Amino acid sequence: MKSSDQKPNQGDSRRDFLKKSSVITAIALTPGAAIKAAENNADERFAELFEKIPLKLTVNNKAYQTIVEPRVTLLDYLREELHLTGTKKGCDHGQCGACTVHVDGQRINACLSLAVMNEGKKITTIEGLANGDTLHPMQAAFIKHDGFQCGYCTPGQIMSAVACVREGHTNSRAEISEYMSGNICRCGAYPNIVDAIIEVKEGGQTI
Amino acid sequence: MEKNMLKDENDRVDGFLKVTGKAKYFAEYELPGLTYGVLVTSTITKGKITSLDTKSAEKAPGVIAVISHLNKPSAAAYEQESGPQMKIFYTDKIFYNGQPIAIVVANTFERATYAASLVKATYANETFNTDFEKALKDPKAKKLQGQADYKRGEENAYKTAEVKLEERYFLPIETHNPMELHGIIADWRPNNQLTVYAKTQGVKATQGTIANVFKIPMENIQVNSEFVGGGFGMALRTWPLEIATVMASKHIGKPVKVVITRMQMFTMVGNRPAAIQTIGLGANKDGKLTGITHRAYGETSTYENFTEGVVNMAKFMYQCDNVNTSYVIVPVDLGVPIWMRGPGEATGAFALESAIDEMAHALDMDPLDFRIKNDPETDQQKNKPFSSKNIKEAYKIGADKIGWRNRKNKPGSLLEGPWQTGYGVSVGVFNANRGKASVKGILKADGSLLLQSATSDIGPGTGTGMTLIANKLMNIPVNKITFELGDSSLPPAPSQGGSATLSTVGSAVNDVCVALKSTIAELAANSNMDATSNFVDVLKKNNLPQIEITKESQSGKEKDSYSMYSFSIHFVQVKVNSLTGVVKINKIVSVGDSGTIVSPKTARSQMVGGAVGGIGMALTEESIIDHRYGRYINNNFADYHVPVNADVPEIDVNFINKPDPYINPMGAKGMGEIALIGFSAAVANAVFNATGKRIRTLPITPDKILA
Repeated sequence: MKSSDQKPNQGDSRRDFLKKSSVITAIALTPGAAIKAAENNADERFAELFEKIPLKLTVNNKAYQTIVEPRVTLLDYLREELHLTGTKKGCDHGQCGACTVHVDGQRINACLSLAVMNEGKKITTIEGLANGDTLHPMQAAFIKHDGFQCGYCTPGQIMSAVACVREGHTNSRAEISEYMSGNICRCGAYPNIVDAIIEVKEGGQTI
Repeated sequence: MEKNMLKDENDRVDGFLKVTGKAKYFAEYELPGLTYGVLVTSTITKGKITSLDTKSAEKAPGVIAVISHLNKPSAAAYEQESGPQMKIFYTDKIFYNGQPIAIVVANTFERATYAASLVKATYANETFNTDFEKALKDPKAKKLQGQADYKRGEENAYKTAEVKLEERYFLPIETHNPMELHGIIADWRPNNQLTVYAKTQGVKATQGTIANVFKIPMENIQVNSEFVGGGFGMALRTWPLEIATVMASKHIGKPVKVVITRMQMFTMVGNRPAAIQTIGLGANKDGKLTGITHRAYGETSTYENFTEGVVNMAKFMYQCDNVNTSYVIVPVDLGVPIWMRGPGEATGAFALESAIDEMAHALDMDPLDFRIKNDPETDQQKNKPFSSKNIKEAYKIGADKIGWRNRKNKPGSLLEGPWQTGYGVSVGVFNANRGKASVKGILKADGSLLLQSATSDIGPGTGTGMTLIANKLMNIPVNKITFELGDSSLPPAPSQGGSATLSTVGSAVNDVCVALKSTIAELAANSNMDATSNFVDVLKKNNLPQIEITKESQSGKEKDSYSMYSFSIHFVQVKVNSLTGVVKINKIVSVGDSGTIVSPKTARSQMVGGAVGGIGMALTEESIIDHRYGRYINNNFADYHVPVNADVPEIDVNFINKPDPYINPMGAKGMGEIALIGFSAAVANAVFNATGKRIRTLPITPDKILA
């Protein structure tokens, strides 16, 4: 892009406004402390508060109450804020399925959902699938059928596979393959993944 | 605890961690004060940066620093004129579109991403060329460099043969695209102490490269890379973006994490270079090859040369007295390539194995019979016997399983509605490499064995293979054996590449186990215990909590006496829709001839994965550039098509599983590359058999079938 293309930066001016207004508000409340705070670059922190939105959600049966920037994706929130790094970033564009989680029981790509869109929702990630050291049947089946090599797409594959069984899209190898095609595995473990899903489906457990 | 959960001794040892999300990849380490780096990239293809405005970015919330050639953070090796041309942040020169020109570091990922968008560059443009075919044609743009030409017997003997063919094959750029995005966490501390969490196929290589760039001792650098989310070759070097991250950490005195975007995976971490190949084949009417000529042109960058073994296979795979090859690289204004699974050999095998099929057709021979007729007893290139080679047995197994007898030699013979069925076969071959590695073994009185080596596991199952080698030798259950890797402080091992890890590191595991056993036997004898005593009893009797042995292992003279290769045969049955041009892979049978199979479950997955990679190479993968701008236009998973689950049929994997008597103590040869090499030709050959259409330009997309 040529420098002449540069437009006035709207992000900056909004931010500058927020900075000013937060300092003004603060001064109106407690002048001395606020001026001191501004000197310590704390106006930045005030502005931050304006830019963040309160969020309540449940992840793996644990309730979280927090404030979060609205631009933070659910994926980055899980990984960078909650340190639940089992959910993977493979493309950040909803094209690979590595970030598949369950939101209120439905499989979604966490990279295509903003954290703030999940107010009041129940989220399950790969970390919430096993019961302590007792693996979920799908996790056990993935080990048995070697449904992975590098393991990076695996949490997304497993979350998707569990949903695939619950959705009832397991009537044939072809149907399973079709309904698992939103989850890319570059190591190419696909036939093994299908074998694992068939095993769980035929095991007949409630999952 | 985790390993006790393995139901089967052949299960992947890290399976529990991988299915529970507990396996930690580089970007998942929590460091106090961690900051986030985002790279700004060039928007022109060639020229110079004339100005870089970083003010807005620096003022943006949360930003800690913006680093570029303007503030040139110190990297001792880059201060010198010599060395690589691509000195990140030490040059204003632009070599390709998407080259990193600055890094913005902020206290959150979102803030760094936003601030990076505020950095504005202006450039002085120069004319460029990203079109490989144009570079070949335009003598001014040509700056050819090559490997040595090869000649055996008469040059171009095919031209005077009874039956001859000469064809040209084109392979586009492919991009590795492992699922894990590339990047690094760098934590530079006072006194030049550096810890990195890397995505690397070689922790020692990463340690060495960083030490070299910053001119600090290797011992100052700790490289951690326990889990790697796939590499396929792209993590075989330390990329400029990694150096940039280390610079940033050094500059700000805090740990910096960079995870590049999927788009940047196309421009910053290499690719399989495009290749144009011509094959000339001559044969007599009885079907004996009389001449093979293989000429290849491979793509490289203007700032660094890249070569690979595109023409290797032609020199020894078939019995033929007259063989000549040439290979030259042609620079274009793109990022430098790097080996991608099966590297140049996979590129070469597409052309050679397609041409072999074409010759069989010209002779009206079954392509399997033609291959068998020209199968060499010895390696004519090296003039040595093969250490082990069971190709004919592999042909038979595969042919039976795919139902080769149902194949018609006349293309287009098998029809069912709009669907045409075809069968194809091809061979893959790759050097059975064995390097030098060290392994430490610690045998403990609690009955466990700990093995350590600075090797890697990008997915094949290194730890599983090593555990099984030790399990067989020591008769210790797998859940009592731990193999530690991905840590530069462990005994040295080479990078994971060239299908060499099992052979190289496995041999050192073997040697350590043998040494531990003999030490135990000695201790037993010295303490009047039976020679067959359990090591736990022997250690206890001697009041030893543990014994520890480190062994270095490498190949010996056997290399001088034998030609060592791993082989694979791929059989494919395709269905081609004559109305839509869609190719469906209906059935795959792969046969691996790679010596003893040490780890049956993970070995099978390697072959399956290679076939899936081969489907991509054959049918869908192509990194497309808009040559007007020098930019990739399909740089994401929606437009760069890797195979998905629905593209892949059941894959029947078979192994000859006979030990190679010479390669190493296990008799096992590598198989990561052969799983893929040749596969694309099997598909092209099957498509020809189905339709009568010979597609010599990959990928075989419907438009080419219908054209």
